[in-house]
Amino acid sequence: MPFIPHTKHDVQTMLATIGVDKIDDLFDEIPASLRGASLASIPDGLTEMELTRLMRERAKQDSDLLCFIGAGAYEHHIPAAVWDVTSRGEYLTAYTPYQAEASQGTLQLLYEYQTMMSSLMALDVSNASLYDGASALAEAVLMAARSNKNSKNYRILMPRTVHPHYRDVVRAIVGQQGIEIIEVPFDPRTGTTAVASLQKYANDITALVIPQPNFFGVIEDVDALTNWAHEQKAIAIAVVNPMAMALLKAPGQWGKNGADIACGEGQPLGVPLASGGPYYGFLCCKKEFVRQLPGRIVGRTVDADGKQGFVLTLQAREQHIRRAKATSNICTNQGLLVTASTIYMSLMGPQGLRRTALACYQNAHALRDVLTAIPGVEVVFASPMLHEIVLRLPQSVDTVLSELAKFNIQGGYALNHVYPELGNCVLVCATETKTSADFAKYAEKLQQVLSKSKGVHAAFEKKTLVDCEKGV
Amino acid sequence: MSSVPKSLKYSNSHEWVRQDEDDLLTVGVTDHAQTMLGDLVYVELPELEGSFETGQEVAVVESVKAAADVYSPVSGEIVEINELLLENPQLINEDPYGKGWLFRIRPFESELKDLLSADEYSKVVASEAH
Repeated sequence: MPFIPHTKHDVQTMLATIGVDKIDDLFDEIPASLRGASLASIPDGLTEMELTRLMRERAKQDSDLLCFIGAGAYEHHIPAAVWDVTSRGEYLTAYTPYQAEASQGTLQLLYEYQTMMSSLMALDVSNASLYDGASALAEAVLMAARSNKNSKNYRILMPRTVHPHYRDVVRAIVGQQGIEIIEVPFDPRTGTTAVASLQKYANDITALVIPQPNFFGVIEDVDALTNWAHEQKAIAIAVVNPMAMALLKAPGQWGKNGADIACGEGQPLGVPLASGGPYYGFLCCKKEFVRQLPGRIVGRTVDADGKQGFVLTLQAREQHIRRAKATSNICTNQGLLVTASTIYMSLMGPQGLRRTALACYQNAHALRDVLTAIPGVEVVFASPMLHEIVLRLPQSVDTVLSELAKFNIQGGYALNHVYPELGNCVLVCATETKTSADFAKYAEKLQQVLSKSKGVHAAFEKKTLVDCEKGV
Repeated sequence: MSSVPKSLKYSNSHEWVRQDEDDLLTVGVTDHAQTMLGDLVYVELPELEGSFETGQEVAVVESVKAAADVYSPVSGEIVEINELLLENPQLINEDPYGKGWLFRIRPFESELKDLLSADEYSKVVASEAH
């Protein structure tokens, strides 16, 4: 249905029909004392021309940047077809699918999304998406607390190698619900969570959160961690990068019995960085937990004539059926982004995703080699990594990053603010979008920045540059 | 017309109660309830040895169109649950007073207070009909 605005004439005709003089009269039931004042601090609206110019200038600030920041959101190439199809009116403006007979297109797409996601995670069920990876982890924790009949103490082990923002969000969401989040330290040599550091919580926990790869880009020993969780009769919650799951072992295959719940951030699959969002969260689980899964679930069924159709299903989990007993307060899903992701996954296929992940892996290792050829730049964790790495610089990371920014290079994510013990450490990422010329440029500028404050002899500078080019 | 066996006692919230020979009570939902709910798809039963007060939510029955709480008609401790319902929730539709029983409870008090007779419950059902 097209959008047809009212003309002034239309409005007058309608008001006359119902016997009202002006629109304001329709609000006369609201006491004057409750009526909102004018929004003084909100500026007047811009014209389309003014706004277009403003947005063009803003966009310029964000373009032409060479981005080496990962830390939970990753720059991947998105084939042109993805947003071309996603932007079609049928997908762009489809409304929430509560009326199944009018929403078969949306519902079918969500069903396909759920199928692809559960396949990627090697688990039985997926929901139709949540707001983002961090709140998805919070929902997974709540789900584990509700589902684990063996453990009523609601203690959740949360490694410090889990994304710091995710840990903050989980604490904010579950903190007042009687659930205790216990942070587990990481091994400073490997940057991983050792089973030995969990032992003091044996037999006394409800769930263990296992990141893969972890926030440092390091690959954790997910089999050992999953098995340990199950030995304690605790639920294993995987929080993963979905792109990485095309290359690494999927959560459903971890350990002897597989992780029970898998969640994470869907942004790497066809969603642009877009200055921080919107993104979407995914949540999958084994079939036995499906009734505790929050969010929308689309099911496939047959209609009265025996023809295939799609519907929202298991709705007794949701607020609109059982408010007080709903599994979550969420009553939506990130429809547009999931549409883009589903189209992205369809175009890439499992092999395309795997190749992309592999290209990221290779690029990150190449970048590591180029940067660590610079004196004073060191790898911090002696561990296998995926496409991000923690490097220690010989100087303050905040200063170095702001200097690099002057060359339009976003060098990485400074770790000292969230991990005080990792002073002068930066988290650097390289995806398939980067080339060896990009790495050479990064190395050249980093060398320049590091030398500038140390006043190093120009000859030494030239020598190291040549070494870098050789290594590329 | 829904069936309302004379030998049973009832609550306002459509549970039936049978006093068994071992002084335990068997509880289920009535024929009227299962008709209103429609095809049952899932039952959430209480945990064994759980204690409940009269009127406290003790179970959930879920149909294709609604999820309804079941309230304990007495205060007591759960001694048995009908595990057949986990795989066969439709037994509640097919045989609500027999195979569709939900749980057995040991009442804390020997006298059954505030429960309705079959006639009284029939009046409740009739008043609900439009």
